[in-house]
Amino acid sequence: MNRISQLLLWLLAAASVTAVAESSYPSTYQALPSEPVLIQHATILTGDGKRLDDANLLLANGTIQWVGEGSIPKGVSVIDAKGRWVTPGIIDVHSHLGVYPSPAVEGHSDGNEMTGPVTPNMWAEHSVWPHDPGFMRALAGGVTTLQILPGSANLMGGRGVTLRNIPANTYQAMKFPDAPYGLKMACGENPKRVYGERKILPSTRMGNFARYREAWIDAQAYKTQWADYNKAVKDGDKKAKPPKRDLKMETLAGVLDGDIIIHMHCYRADEMMTVLDMADEFGYKVGTFHHGVEAYKIADQLAERGVCGALWADWWGFKMEAYDGIQENIAMVDRPAGSCAVLHSDSDENIQRLNQEVAKAMTRGQRAGINIPPERAITWITGNAARSLGIDDKTGTLRAGKMADVVLWSGNPFSVYSKVDKVFLDGALVFDRFDMSKQPQSDFELGQLQELTP
Amino acid sequence: MKMIYSLLLLAFLATNAQAADLLIRNARVHSDTGVMAGYDVLVSGERIAAIGNNIAAPENTVVIEAEGRSLTPALFAGITALGLVDVGAVSSSSDAALSNDSDILRPEFDVSLAYNPNSAVIPVVRVEGFGFTLLAAAPNSSLIGGLGRAVFLDGGYRSFSDMPVLFVGVGGSYAASTGGSRAAQWMLLEQMMAEVASVPKNDSLLLTRAGRQMLKKVQRQGKVVFQVERAADILRVLDFAARHKLDAVIAGASEAWMVAEELAQANVPVVLNPLDNLPASFDTLGARLDNAALLDKAGVTVVFSGSGTHHARKQRQMAGNAVANGMPHAAALAALTVNPATVFGIDTGVLKKGARADMVLWSGDPLEVNALADRVILNGELDSMESRQTKLRDRYLTPADDMPRAYRKP
Repeated sequence: MNRISQLLLWLLAAASVTAVAESSYPSTYQALPSEPVLIQHATILTGDGKRLDDANLLLANGTIQWVGEGSIPKGVSVIDAKGRWVTPGIIDVHSHLGVYPSPAVEGHSDGNEMTGPVTPNMWAEHSVWPHDPGFMRALAGGVTTLQILPGSANLMGGRGVTLRNIPANTYQAMKFPDAPYGLKMACGENPKRVYGERKILPSTRMGNFARYREAWIDAQAYKTQWADYNKAVKDGDKKAKPPKRDLKMETLAGVLDGDIIIHMHCYRADEMMTVLDMADEFGYKVGTFHHGVEAYKIADQLAERGVCGALWADWWGFKMEAYDGIQENIAMVDRPAGSCAVLHSDSDENIQRLNQEVAKAMTRGQRAGINIPPERAITWITGNAARSLGIDDKTGTLRAGKMADVVLWSGNPFSVYSKVDKVFLDGALVFDRFDMSKQPQSDFELGQLQELTP
Repeated sequence: MKMIYSLLLLAFLATNAQAADLLIRNARVHSDTGVMAGYDVLVSGERIAAIGNNIAAPENTVVIEAEGRSLTPALFAGITALGLVDVGAVSSSSDAALSNDSDILRPEFDVSLAYNPNSAVIPVVRVEGFGFTLLAAAPNSSLIGGLGRAVFLDGGYRSFSDMPVLFVGVGGSYAASTGGSRAAQWMLLEQMMAEVASVPKNDSLLLTRAGRQMLKKVQRQGKVVFQVERAADILRVLDFAARHKLDAVIAGASEAWMVAEELAQANVPVVLNPLDNLPASFDTLGARLDNAALLDKAGVTVVFSGSGTHHARKQRQMAGNAVANGMPHAAALAALTVNPATVFGIDTGVLKKGARADMVLWSGDPLEVNALADRVILNGELDSMESRQTKLRDRYLTPADDMPRAYRKP
């Protein structure tokens, strides 16, 4: 390393506690080749609550040029989408693809570092196997962006990573440029079970909170050490020695600085409210509660505090903290003004048909008397999901200037019979149901039984 | 006046539901002979008395106007632990499997003895249009899981089928209990059947006397569900079952499409999850979404299962996806009704005169994700359409007031 880059690193470190980490393992993502495409006569759900009928959409240079009407470049390839629907590329905020890939064998089981309850030093991206066939199955379901999270065995499981769903040999080539990191945390039964069985703290919910709070106190002290050091340097103290980098504290300091978004696995309403008090105690923000089967009990409070609820359509009952699940959960969380309802998969099967999961939750909400048109329901896996991941300035809605992440559906996406016809990612056609040459296949599946023709 | 009459009717229904006969008028009836639009179905007691046009309502008959909506048999919830499990992770509420650490195989372990018809999970599934299930004795830690039975989800204590169904696990995910090799599974299964034929002397036995007796009963009048995925293993099951006169059912069956002809020829039904399309293990590398369509086309009897106990309501969505991937709609509905009823020996699953009145009126296409069960009728009784989940919903659906929600009892 030459002197200049050393100096640069040092300066970065001085500027922010976490900057060295943030600039490491950089994204090498490149949009795939694309040409301008005009989609005509489609029913368009924009992802921010609007529906346009018999409408047009122009994709060029990797971005959405316009939605509705606009100038048409010469020689543009045209797709007649009469009777078909268009949505933004689907975003899944909770996936374990790559870290718990298929085949689900022990040699691939890389999602939970179950050797200690506080591991914010883990980065899920360092476990991602890019050849997981699940990525391609998800692409066939219209998923263009997904957050890969560590599992929920630990109180602080580690950083998540947001990926572009293109086939690649490295995760860096999938890494969403400039997307913020997430920190996966977990409430409740999982951490206390995993460590309680080993007679290690935590074995109770109060143990969970005691341990989170200790970690935040340590993170505050770490931040102070760096602030003191930076001040000394600024004051001209040439002998000042930088504190030793601590990967755990770096991540937590990133949360306290507002650079890293909290994604917290939490089922029970009371526990979510306690977590929000803890966030107040240490001055950080909870971005999204994941799973939240009891979120409907505190829908107003979540909306007031601007916290997203990333939920399932209908999962429940597999453990005690999931016993009060209801199918109207998402619809009720979505209802208050300022809400941020998100539908997540946490599953290599659900991620292939998030549109159907939305359809079920929408239908249940409608039956309960909550007015949820399709243009609102689609926000749960597009616009709101982008907000949860902190990438809503880049993707998640069909607006001029945004990434051209677009799904063309064979019909209404909220029918079980509709299919994904085409997927565009940064304007590039990355999946086509009718063109085998536009259907990627993972290295693992090459030469396997999937290739047989019935 | 009309309002008062309705209230009276409701009161009547609430207190005396089973006494009233039912007439469902103007339904799209998915009957044993096909879909018949604009038909009426008359229920008398527990049975369907008539299906026809313009059936006159006898006195004291509750009339339900279907207004063209679909009426199907009540659906099969899949192979589940309904009534055997309340909360998955609460072991004291879970009786679905025998953790058998001994070398003795226990086919006589009958999981239906643990069945609790009052489990709150059952109404959650029932109100979604599900009327029966096959209780599984999951072969989690043993080659032989034990016995299950089909059961009506009507809340009865004795709502079981007579047919014993034995569960056997074959393949990589069950090999840990057989010395690490699936080959040893066949070694033990052959030894087991040899013991049933004649008890060897001077040999350590795999079965108890009760186990031998139960296997003989299964040979005579039961079914054996082999949970098996790989094509090669499925063919081995067919051979084994034929030699030992076992009435086999293949469940799991990710690669069944590869041996569809052989399955059709052997007349062996297949239980599968139409959503299985990932190489989840080295037993399922051939998993694909048109498995159900290909088997159906080859003439194999298909049954759907695989969404688990608490999520049994997902069965409809699974069937809809099978249709989206090439299976005819009627065949997919059969895989949720008449096929499982016939295969597992329980008197339900068809709409015809004389059949048990287990049926569901749907808000739309019964296999659609945007349709719901509007009315559920089991054993001739109108279901309340209430569950613990609908009550939680109703407690929290409307805005808070001065008093805690604990005072609201929907």
